[in-house]
Amino acid sequence: MNIIAILLPLALLLGATGLAAFLWCMRSGQFADLEGASWRVLRDDDMVEPRPDGQP
Amino acid sequence: MATPQDLSVFVRHAPGGVAGMELAVDGIRCAGCMHAIEDGLAREAGLLSARVNLALKRVTVEWREGALRPEAVVERLAALGFKAYPFLPADQEGREAREEARLLRCLGVAGFAAMNIMLLSVSVWAGNASDIEPSTRDLFHWLSALIALPTAAYAGRPFFESALRALRAGSVNMDVPITLGVVLALAMSVVETWQHSRHAYFDGAVMLLFFLLVGRYLDQLMRRRTRDLAGNLAALKAETATRLAPDGTAVALPIAAIVPGDLVLVAPGERVSVDGIVEGGRSELDQSLVTGETAPATVGRGERVYAGTLNLSGALRVRVEAAGSGTLLDDIDRLMSQAVENRSRYVKLSDRAARLYAPLVHATALATFLGWLALGLGWQQALLIAVTVLIITCPCALGLAIPAVQVVAASALFRQRVMLKHGDALEVREYPGQGLTSRCGGSERRLGSVDFCQAQEQADVAIRAHPDASLIAYRNGDRRIAIAIGQRLRPQARETVAALQEAGFAVMILSGDRPQAVAPVAAALGITEARAGLLPGGKLELLDGLARKGRKVLMVGDGLNDAPALAASHVSISPVSASHLAQSAADIVFLGDSLAPVAQAVAIGRKARRLMIQNLWLAVLYNAIAVPVAIAGLVTPLIAAAAMSGSSLVVTLNALRARSTGGGSAP
Repeated sequence: MNIIAILLPLALLLGATGLAAFLWCMRSGQFADLEGASWRVLRDDDMVEPRPDGQP
Repeated sequence: MATPQDLSVFVRHAPGGVAGMELAVDGIRCAGCMHAIEDGLAREAGLLSARVNLALKRVTVEWREGALRPEAVVERLAALGFKAYPFLPADQEGREAREEARLLRCLGVAGFAAMNIMLLSVSVWAGNASDIEPSTRDLFHWLSALIALPTAAYAGRPFFESALRALRAGSVNMDVPITLGVVLALAMSVVETWQHSRHAYFDGAVMLLFFLLVGRYLDQLMRRRTRDLAGNLAALKAETATRLAPDGTAVALPIAAIVPGDLVLVAPGERVSVDGIVEGGRSELDQSLVTGETAPATVGRGERVYAGTLNLSGALRVRVEAAGSGTLLDDIDRLMSQAVENRSRYVKLSDRAARLYAPLVHATALATFLGWLALGLGWQQALLIAVTVLIITCPCALGLAIPAVQVVAASALFRQRVMLKHGDALEVREYPGQGLTSRCGGSERRLGSVDFCQAQEQADVAIRAHPDASLIAYRNGDRRIAIAIGQRLRPQARETVAALQEAGFAVMILSGDRPQAVAPVAAALGITEARAGLLPGGKLELLDGLARKGRKVLMVGDGLNDAPALAASHVSISPVSASHLAQSAADIVFLGDSLAPVAQAVAIGRKARRLMIQNLWLAVLYNAIAVPVAIAGLVTPLIAAAAMSGSSLVVTLNALRARSTGGGSAP
């Protein structure tokens, strides 16, 4: 019985975290272009500072 | 056009000195184009960001206010090899996007709740089979209630609101049994929990909401996507109107920038792009597209002109009454509703199912309740069984059956460069009917037929030189010219016609052209039935005749004079290069010159239709099995959950098969 008192809130907390993450993703527009996103992930342009004037 | 272009109307100004613009870009095909555009624009000084939306073929750019002119962005994209057309996202698009976001949020919340309640429910089911303590079970049920009630209050709103709307209007829609089922299930579960019962249906109610929201979301996604693409098409048309400033200077403005009250100049030979009142000038208008009257009408000061008419002889100054944010979109709505009226015998599949379904479900549930009462069961027990019937018949699978296929088929079509203007276009395509192809020929620009320009003399000369050519005549005062134009077939016209014939279509050519010009085309395409010299009205009559014979007509056409026939036919396809009105009248628009997408669209459409019917039958089959079990009072929450998720999964998986058609490019 005691273990339930720990596990249940933990499970709900995990679920709520997932929901919060989902809502955050939505708000930041990550579902706006599902097709493009699958290609963007392959790009390496985030390896360097994204400044047009060359290497950092 | 010599008048300067002005794109400033498309720029939106955000706080913080940031200006932005949306562009529809022609020719974005793959990730490579996306990277080329983004990298190319990143090198432009002053640009803050450029982001491609690959799904919608749009680019959003932002720059510091005053750092560059919006025209520079278009020029830069042109230098990169992409033609870009700025546009203002219509209000409608914003509304659709908000509705979609709301449904997605509801879906997320319902998904979260369904998972967590299921976690608790599985424990209860396992415990019921072994030795769970009643106090623990009650705790789990109360926790479920704690999650389920707020979830239903939030995520169920789309259904509750729609059901209320329908009831207030005195009708019944699919959402009425859904609302009734969810509310009753929750209320009953609370009562059951209160009485320390073994079963509660919180999981069923929330899972029901989850699956229904999936279907509703897909439906909305489809609607928004077609709406967005229609917006792109409008932008790609890049229609302009010439606005006269009070000081008399003329500026060519995109049609979106024209507002009621503006004064626009319509030059001779131009199509009128607004509705309004003539303030100055006299001219003759060809109003055949609007009124069907082929004789030119004379208009002068104070008279009304309509968008879509052709200005023939003199320049007009028109005070705008209605221009709309995009007349193409307005036309689409107008012509589409008009066309749907014409097809009144055809009811949307899902609506047809709903009309049958809702009363049936209510009657069954009521009969179950009364039946058990008559058999001597207590009213509480009988109500419980009646509510399980309501839950188990709730149309999860039915709600998914059609939107899931639509979304999958539409993206398969989109990969073939075919755009659906509305999702229902897929449903319309029923069994092999008559395929009518109008104008497989290439050159389209005509200033007027020979008769219309009274240029018979010149025409005779031209005809003697080129017997099988099409004729175009031009008249300016007394100068009459007849131009002979050799018809060039669209690429792959022959293969497409062959494929259609193989698919069981009887292909016909309907043309307004001379018989001598049509005959060689028909022969080259292997089409035996060809009608020449048809006026728009004649095409309509022919379609009516076919419809009376019970034939279903698929019409392909791109000319202005095809528009009425396109709107009236069972389903219609136009190339993106087609005239404005033809395109607004068509259900399906394809990109590029080749006719090949027509055959592909037909193949995918047929398959989609077949899958929809299959899905509806799957849903029926599910009910045929589950409902008797529910009426017998044997459904436990476990069975309800398994049946509901099982049928929804089967329907969704079946829908995914729609993507494997069309050959080649499907991944």
